[in-house]
Amino acid sequence: MELDKINETELKLGKANQVVFSETLQELAANDTSIIAVTSDSRGSGKLVPFGEKYPNQIVEVGIAEQNLVGVAAGLAAAGKKAFAVSPACFLSARALEQIKNDVTYSDNPVILVGISAGVSYGALGTTHHSLHDYAVLRAINNIVVVAPADNFETEQAVRHAAALKKPVYIRLGKKEMPFLNEADKTFEFGKGRVVREGDDLAIIAIGETVYPAWLAAKKLENELGIKTTVVSMHTIKPLDTDLLDRISANGRPIITVEEHMVNGGLGDACASYLFQKGSRNPFHIVGIPDEYTVTGSQVEIFSHYGISEEGLFNQGKEMMSQYSK
Amino acid sequence: MTNKELNLKSVFLRKNLLKYIYIAKAGHTGGSLSCVDILNVLYNRVLNVNPDDFKNPNRDRYIQSKGHCVEALFVTLADRGFFPESDLETLCQYQSHYIGHPTKKVHGVEQNTGALGHGLPICVGEAIAAKLDNKKHRVFTLLGDGELPEGSNWEAFLSASHYKLDNLYAILDYNKQQITGSNKDVMNTDSVREKLESFGWAVKEVDGHNLEQLEDALNSGAFEEGKPNFIIAHTTKGKGISYMEGVLKWHHGVPSEEQYALAMSELNEMQALIS
Repeated sequence: MELDKINETELKLGKANQVVFSETLQELAANDTSIIAVTSDSRGSGKLVPFGEKYPNQIVEVGIAEQNLVGVAAGLAAAGKKAFAVSPACFLSARALEQIKNDVTYSDNPVILVGISAGVSYGALGTTHHSLHDYAVLRAINNIVVVAPADNFETEQAVRHAAALKKPVYIRLGKKEMPFLNEADKTFEFGKGRVVREGDDLAIIAIGETVYPAWLAAKKLENELGIKTTVVSMHTIKPLDTDLLDRISANGRPIITVEEHMVNGGLGDACASYLFQKGSRNPFHIVGIPDEYTVTGSQVEIFSHYGISEEGLFNQGKEMMSQYSK
Repeated sequence: MTNKELNLKSVFLRKNLLKYIYIAKAGHTGGSLSCVDILNVLYNRVLNVNPDDFKNPNRDRYIQSKGHCVEALFVTLADRGFFPESDLETLCQYQSHYIGHPTKKVHGVEQNTGALGHGLPICVGEAIAAKLDNKKHRVFTLLGDGELPEGSNWEAFLSASHYKLDNLYAILDYNKQQITGSNKDVMNTDSVREKLESFGWAVKEVDGHNLEQLEDALNSGAFEEGKPNFIIAHTTKGKGISYMEGVLKWHHGVPSEEQYALAMSELNEMQALIS
C-alpha cells in the first residue's frame, strides 16, 4: 500500500455501524430466507424496524428476555437458520452468557450474536448499560469469533462473513457515525487486522470505535512531532492476528493498544500476552477504561476522560517516544 | 415391539443404567431411574429418529434439559442402535466422549446440555423453525422438577405460547425431589399445572412409570390446537429399586457391590414377573 494513499489527510464520515449492520442484513435476507433476526424488544435500537417491516417472517421477537433470546437463536441455528441474535451488548454478553457458552459455542450452533450500543455507547445511562467486560468473557470461551468493526466497510464485511461462516460469531457495534478508514484497502478477513495508517516509529493497535481517535492521534503525531505511526484496526480480537503483531513488533518500536473496554482481559491483554510470551520487549501500554466506577458522561466525554481520544493518545504516544529514545 | 416387550425394555434399561453407573462409579442414579420409562417410550414408540439417518431435517427433536440424568439417555440410545453399548464402559473415563452430561459427540444427542434451564429455549427455537418451514416433525424436551425455578424456563414458557407452538412437548419428570430435599421445601413448585395453564400451555398429567399412559399422551397429537403441550409425568426418584425409591441420597449415589447385586436381583425378579 502506498503511504500517500493510506495516510489520507481527511476521512469521509459514514453512518453508524448499527445502521450498516441492519442494511446489510436486509440485503442478505432478500436472497436468503434462512436469515432470521431474533430480538429482545431491541429492534429499534438495533435499527431493525425496516427489516421487520420488509421481512416479517424473518424476525422473531422474544421480548425482554435475553437468556431466551440466545437459547431460541441456538435452536433456530440448530434447525439450519442463520440466526442473528440482536440485543444491547451489555445484556447479551452478561445476562445470557451461560446460553452463549453452552447453547451457542459449546453446542456449536452457529448463532451470530450482535451486541449493539456496545462499550460506553449509552454514555450517561451508566454501568448497567455499559459493556466493558464482553471481550474478556468471550475471549475465555472456546469456539467463537469476536469482532468489533471500526467502520462501515468492516461492519458490512463482518456481517457478510458471519452469515457465511457457519460458526458462532460475536459482532460488537456502536451507535456513533464512523468515518471510512483506508478506503483503498478492500480486503477483509476474520482474524486479520487491517492497517489503516502506516509509519515505522510507533504503533497504535485499536479496535471498534477507538480506531478513529487512534487515527487522528497518529496524524497529529506526524504533523506536529514527525512521529510516524502505524494504526491497526484489530477488528477481530479472537482469533488474534499474531502475524501482524509479529510484523509490528519486529523493529522494537513502542506499541499502544486502545479499546472501549476495561483494561483487564481485552485487546491490550491479548496483545501483551502474545508479545511477552514470544519474547518481545517493545515498550507497551494499554489504554482503556480502568478498573474503577466509570465516570459519568457521554461516550465522547468518557473516552476523553480516560485518554481514548486524539489528545490522550497523542500525549501517550509522545511520552512513550520520549522514553523510548532515551 | 409388543407392550410386554416394551415393559421388559424398561427393566433392561434400568439394569443397564445401574451397570454403567456402577462401572463408572458416578452418575445420577435416582433421577435416571425416575425418567427412564419416559425415555423408553420416547425412543421406542414416539420419536421419529433413525440412527442411520440421524441428521434428517425432518426427524423429531429430543433435547434433554435435565442433562444430569444422561445415563438413562445413553443406555436408551445404545439400545436403539446409535452406538455400541460397550462404549459405555468408558463412561466418565479419561478422554471418553461419554461424559456425565449429554454431548453431541455421542451419536444421537441433539444438543449439549447439563446446565439447567437450557433445553426448553432451544426447543422453542427448533419449534419456531419447524413452523416457519411448514415441517411436521415435533420437538420434545424432558425437564426436571428441580430446574423449574430457573428463570429461563419461564421466559421460554411465555414465548412457546406466544408463538402457538403446538409442535412442542415439554415433559416434566415430576419426582418431587432434588439434591437438597423435596421441591416443596427447596422451592415450592406446587400447582405446576395451574402455572403452566396460566402461561397458555395445554397440560396433561400421567403416571410417568405407566408406559401406556405416556404413549397415549405423547402420541395423541397436540392437546389443543395452537397451544404448546406440557406433560406432568408423576414419577418416583429411584423407581424400581426398593431401597432407592424416594431416598434422597440416591440422587447421585453409587451402589456398593452388595447394593448393586441386590438391585440386579430385584430387577431380575421384576423381569421374571413381566415375562
